[in-house]
Amino acid sequence: MAGAPEALVEARSLTKHFGRHVAVDGIDFRVERGEAFGFLGPNGAGKSSTMRMIGCVSPLTGGELRVLGMDPSRDGPRIRARLGVVPQEDTLDTELTVSDNLAIYGRYFGLSRAVIRERTEELLEFAKLTERRHDRVDPLSGGMKRRLTIARALINRPEALLLDEPTTGLDPQARHLLWDRLYRLKQEGVTLVLTTHYMEEAEQLCDRLVIMDRGRIAAEGSPRELIARHATREVVELRFPSAGDLQAALPRLAGVAERVEPLADRVLAYTGDGDATVATIAGNGVHPASVLVRRGTLEDVFLVLTGRTLED
Amino acid sequence: MPTTALRVVEREARVFRRLWRGTVFSAFVTPVLFLAALGLGLGGLVDEGGGLVAGLPYLVFVTPGLLAATAMQTAAGDALWPVMLGTKWARTFHAMVATPLRPSDVYTGLMAWTALRITLSATVFLIVGAALGGVPSAWGVLAVPAAVLCGTAFFAPLAAYSATQHTEVSFPLIMRLGVMPLFLFSGTFFPVEQLPGWARPVALASPLWHGVELARSATTGTFDGSGAVGHVLVLVAVLTLGWYAGTRTWARRLAG
Ligand SMILES: Nc1ncnc2c1ncn2[C@@H]1O[C@H](COP(=O)(O)OP(=O)(O)OP(=O)(O)O)[C@@H](O)[C@H]1O
Ligand SMILES: [Mg+2]
Repeated sequence: MAGAPEALVEARSLTKHFGRHVAVDGIDFRVERGEAFGFLGPNGAGKSSTMRMIGCVSPLTGGELRVLGMDPSRDGPRIRARLGVVPQEDTLDTELTVSDNLAIYGRYFGLSRAVIRERTEELLEFAKLTERRHDRVDPLSGGMKRRLTIARALINRPEALLLDEPTTGLDPQARHLLWDRLYRLKQEGVTLVLTTHYMEEAEQLCDRLVIMDRGRIAAEGSPRELIARHATREVVELRFPSAGDLQAALPRLAGVAERVEPLADRVLAYTGDGDATVATIAGNGVHPASVLVRRGTLEDVFLVLTGRTLED
Repeated sequence: MPTTALRVVEREARVFRRLWRGTVFSAFVTPVLFLAALGLGLGGLVDEGGGLVAGLPYLVFVTPGLLAATAMQTAAGDALWPVMLGTKWARTFHAMVATPLRPSDVYTGLMAWTALRITLSATVFLIVGAALGGVPSAWGVLAVPAAVLCGTAFFAPLAAYSATQHTEVSFPLIMRLGVMPLFLFSGTFFPVEQLPGWARPVALASPLWHGVELARSATTGTFDGSGAVGHVLVLVAVLTLGWYAGTRTWARRLAG
């Protein structure tokens, strides 16, 4: 058939209520095949609620959703057969060993034992868990459990992998190992849909992302586009000895940059040229305790769009 | 049963293969010990006194009672804490429904697994009971399906209920105030006619009494047509209503 290639996920006015609480408030987005698409947002933004609707386990309250061209309310099992899901909370089978976790998950997808045997070897290798294959799941480290969960989600060779905060709670080394694995999957053409509240993760992994806050989408684009559109190339961070000093300095900071954003403990000045701005600030007679020039990040985009930081 | 539900049976079997040694005692040895103590020990006393219980030697009376009561206990155990483990503590069931399995497959599969285990333990129990002289009729083989029907009639509504629970606080109460009294007073160890008048209707309403009576008709070979059909109908009705409720509570619980 001619026309635009079919999106892997397409949502229009997607809505989820829990009782009277609105978790997802009418969002629109499209995930194309082969891309890495992210939902970046703080706690309670509605990321997991959205992911569970895409994963066809949570029914929509309103709007429209197509996954792999099908309707989740009618074709749930057929869609799920072609997805891999890494939920926010581990759901590994604590009563089984590492390799049995992979095997039984393969059986849920109706794979033959021969296929499962072959893929189990590959996936144990991929997750760096070959040595632990006969161990129970409980004593594994957080990073190992996460890698096993990802390996398990790959047992059916999914067309898309849904990852809900894949690296939250891991130490930096475990996180980098996971990013490396996800990057490899992306190279192999697996579509990645992930949520995160780490802007670094979003920048590293996502081709395109939406910034989500309080159930709504605040902005959409590639990390570079978003930074270019909503933040600036460089940001000057000014810290002051006290909140009083910070307040006192604000009048003299007006107009030194494209945008000046006072926070509780520092002031951010958004500018195309950090060094020039630093010079202007000094010229205005402002002397902060410390001055830092850095590149604009997604964190800044979030701050500009919502007036809050991602950690709030 | 859909093949997707069979995958859940397979999962349970895989866990069982690792852990069966730990369950052998409660599934096989304990009921047989009960049978020996009550049927032979207590039964010896009763029979010496010259009394038949409901017209039967005590061992013959108590064998089907224990069979059905044990099936109920197995089913109740499976329908409570393991459901909390799968929905909340380890969230294993949430992992299942992220695959082509549906919530009803998980529920039905677990019930099928319980039925399978009751089949196994009831068969072993019946063989031992027969060897001791507690199963006078060859119709006794039908006591196995009777025990399975009785067990699932408990599993279905109890698991339907436990899927609505977010803590396990009510589970010990169900065991102590529900399952245990039924175990003792449903015509298992003595005829319900021995109960005070007010308690009799309660015992007769319990699915276990119907299960016990059905199993007893089988082991003694005394089917009186309509009676047995009535027991089957009651148990099937409880099972069906429970299953109807369960498919709904499980769908709601695992949809989130
Ligand atoms: N099953 C549920 N029942 C009731 N409320 C819920 C349920 N799941 C989520 N919520 C509420 O919906 C809102 C969005 O939750 P959600 O888990 O989607 O956010 P999130 O972006 O994934 O947050 P986090 O970063 O903390 O994981 C929250 O206010 C949450 O309390
Ligand atoms: Mg979440």
